[in-house]
Amino acid sequence: MDINQKYTPQSWPDHPETATMEGKNKFIGFWLLLAAETVTFASLFATYLALKDKGPSGMEFSAAGLFELPLVFAMTMILLTSSLTSVYAMYHMKNHNFKAMQAWLGITVLLGATFLGLEIYEFNHYVHLGFGFTNSAFSSAFYVLVGTHGAHVLFGLSWFIALMLRNAKRGLNMYNAPKFYLASLYWHFIDVVWVFIFTVVYLMGVIG
Amino acid sequence: MSSIAQKKGFGATIWDFMTTVDHKKIAILYLISGGFFFLVGGIEAMLIRIQLAKAGNDFLSAGTYNEIITMHGTTMIFLAAMPILLAFMNAIMPLQIGARDVAFPFLNSLGFWLFFFGGIFLNLSWFMGGAPDAGWTNYASLALASEGKGIDFYSLGLTISGFGTLIAGINFLVTIINMRAPGMTYMRMPLFTWTTFVASALILLAFPPLTVGLFFMVFDRMFDSNFFAVEMGGNTIIWEHLFWIFGHPEVYILILPAFGIFSEIFAIFSRKRLFGYTALVFATILIGFYGFMVWAHHMFTVGLGPTANAVFALATMIIAVPTGIKIFNWLLTIWGGNISFTVPMIYAVAFIPSFVAGGVTGVMQAIAPLDYQLHDSYFIVAHFHYVIVGGVVLAILAGTHLYWPKMFGTMLSEKLGKWTFWFFFIGFHLTFFIQHFLGLMGMPRRVYTFGADQGWDLFNAISSAGAVLMAIGIIILLVNVVMTTIKNERVGNDPWGDGRTLEWAIPSPPPFYNFAQTPLVRGLDTFWIEKMEGNKKGMIFAEPLGDIHMPNNSFIPFVISLGMFIASFGALYFLDDDKPWALPVLIIGLLITFGSMLVRSLKDDLGFHITKAELLEDAKGGKTDGH
Repeated sequence: MDINQKYTPQSWPDHPETATMEGKNKFIGFWLLLAAETVTFASLFATYLALKDKGPSGMEFSAAGLFELPLVFAMTMILLTSSLTSVYAMYHMKNHNFKAMQAWLGITVLLGATFLGLEIYEFNHYVHLGFGFTNSAFSSAFYVLVGTHGAHVLFGLSWFIALMLRNAKRGLNMYNAPKFYLASLYWHFIDVVWVFIFTVVYLMGVIG
Repeated sequence: MSSIAQKKGFGATIWDFMTTVDHKKIAILYLISGGFFFLVGGIEAMLIRIQLAKAGNDFLSAGTYNEIITMHGTTMIFLAAMPILLAFMNAIMPLQIGARDVAFPFLNSLGFWLFFFGGIFLNLSWFMGGAPDAGWTNYASLALASEGKGIDFYSLGLTISGFGTLIAGINFLVTIINMRAPGMTYMRMPLFTWTTFVASALILLAFPPLTVGLFFMVFDRMFDSNFFAVEMGGNTIIWEHLFWIFGHPEVYILILPAFGIFSEIFAIFSRKRLFGYTALVFATILIGFYGFMVWAHHMFTVGLGPTANAVFALATMIIAVPTGIKIFNWLLTIWGGNISFTVPMIYAVAFIPSFVAGGVTGVMQAIAPLDYQLHDSYFIVAHFHYVIVGGVVLAILAGTHLYWPKMFGTMLSEKLGKWTFWFFFIGFHLTFFIQHFLGLMGMPRRVYTFGADQGWDLFNAISSAGAVLMAIGIIILLVNVVMTTIKNERVGNDPWGDGRTLEWAIPSPPPFYNFAQTPLVRGLDTFWIEKMEGNKKGMIFAEPLGDIHMPNNSFIPFVISLGMFIASFGALYFLDDDKPWALPVLIIGLLITFGSMLVRSLKDDLGFHITKAELLEDAKGGKTDGH
């Protein structure tokens, strides 16, 4: 692999993310990491379900009373859209169109940051209601589950930004194509986890 | 960068090991650190046996005793057995599949340093206000009530070293999936590679629940959350589930590579192809699969209900089937073989009855109603020492003798090795066999002393005497290592003479690029096939001699791990009002970790090439020791 080799859309391989041995290794390794992440979130979900609505006797908070769907629905739509825009970015990556890829990644980052801002607002709102991290077993389980997801969003955003800045001047090559690909794979995974959070925590919470 | 041997100073050697990404050097690091922690855990075991040698002993206080049993278990499982097995996996598995390194050499180094700093952090608890004292299982109901910082050392230390192990697991999986030499199909992989593969898959799926449980523990104790705080709606059983969803696969993470080592030994020293190779492979996969379905057999007495207990009891009994298949395959490998009783082979032969004894008591405990009687008694202690010592530790000792020449280029003394074996083997059975009966007589585990009128003194004294024999065996092994290193008699490619797999076809220790030319694999037991066909080179090649791409050394893994180590001290004292520096330390540590990760991400690291000319020079000059 020569990092200085110049490619055109014609000479660029169909699957640049797995065109090199390093790329192949990263591809498999990252899917395996996602398997481990899946188990991590499964453990967090199981704990949340076990501790849902559990607290000291006379606790005033319950999932049905606390969560409000409009804001969470907006967050869900924003994050789902950001997954779509990252798909567009990867489409352009595979066509060796660096500028379009950067642009779509930029939009992905903006949407992700909006989501994160809304999540911080939501947490802040709950804390002001008195539903803090140490309030009850329910609150601890809620904040750790949703907060772990939020930390993943933050990490994903930082990853995208670092990659975009680092490669802004030099464009796509066989060395950084797998990196972009994996970052977007990570972003999809975060999105899938959120779909489960929306369903298990919010929808199932509101219907009681 | 030249591959020609150079004489290096002590400092340069240390720096080389701190920055190395070579799987063979990382293996040596794992072996040394794992060996060190094995000695620490062994000393703790001796203290336990001294305390229990007679009734009413006051050698240790009750509190210290709790710390020692906790640290003995934790150290032996997380910091000794697993790292030593990772050492063999690192040293041998890439050679067995004809690879030049693992898939992610940088991550390999990171995995080691995370484990190392995690282990050091955990053991610093002895000097910084007391070790953890809630048992190696660290049940939340006990752990939350524990005073001092011991439990926090446990949670933070195991979190860090757990990340390291997870990274190693992913690395081995990708290596085996992607880096096999041409012709090395899955069903031609040596059994040690297969067991590494399945054990790595178990690591991948078992460590996250432990990490989650440890995080809950950290949050509950240090940040006032309520996962296990019953009065706040929490539930301590959640810890038990998360711990055992990890903990049961963990015992298979330990025993499967042990099975792999013994499978290699039986084939080599019986000079026969493994009997039922396919059955052994599928038994390995089945054990890995069932390993995830039996965790609640550790929790029969919790009160999960008869349905759950029945399901987990049956699942547990099923595991005996693939394990039994393995035992018979090994016996039939020996049967009719041309056997040479070398030290590794003696361990392997001794392993079979020892491990079967542990397996049989395991099936006894699978019977849930009987387990109500056996639970928390010395019967359990006897059982798990029979499988862990009789299985894993015997494999570690056997593997040390078997692979020592491949890792270091010298042979351990067979004579001293046999002395080690006999002391250790007799001591082992003397120590633990009698504990079955202590358990049946009602002696509970984890008690720091007992009364003279309880009738347990004689058996405990015998048990302690056995422990002394084991210690003598280990001391002889250390003498053996020192003497072998001083003598420094170099050996050739295939020092046992009957090697069957690719690692024995290359020099001991191998050059840092392992294979100048990637081998072409023509069947199971590649090297044996080539030897039998009179191929003097020991292998045929899949490619002409050409430039080899190698990864650069890096200091970053050390720094990332150091950052986590520093941050842990911040988290440890976060809640103490008199330590305002805790928060800055936590932040600085995390900044070091994430900062160095960022540097790693932004700085291009393309590796370097060994040229064909250098390889030819190497082949002529003969001697390479890395660079």
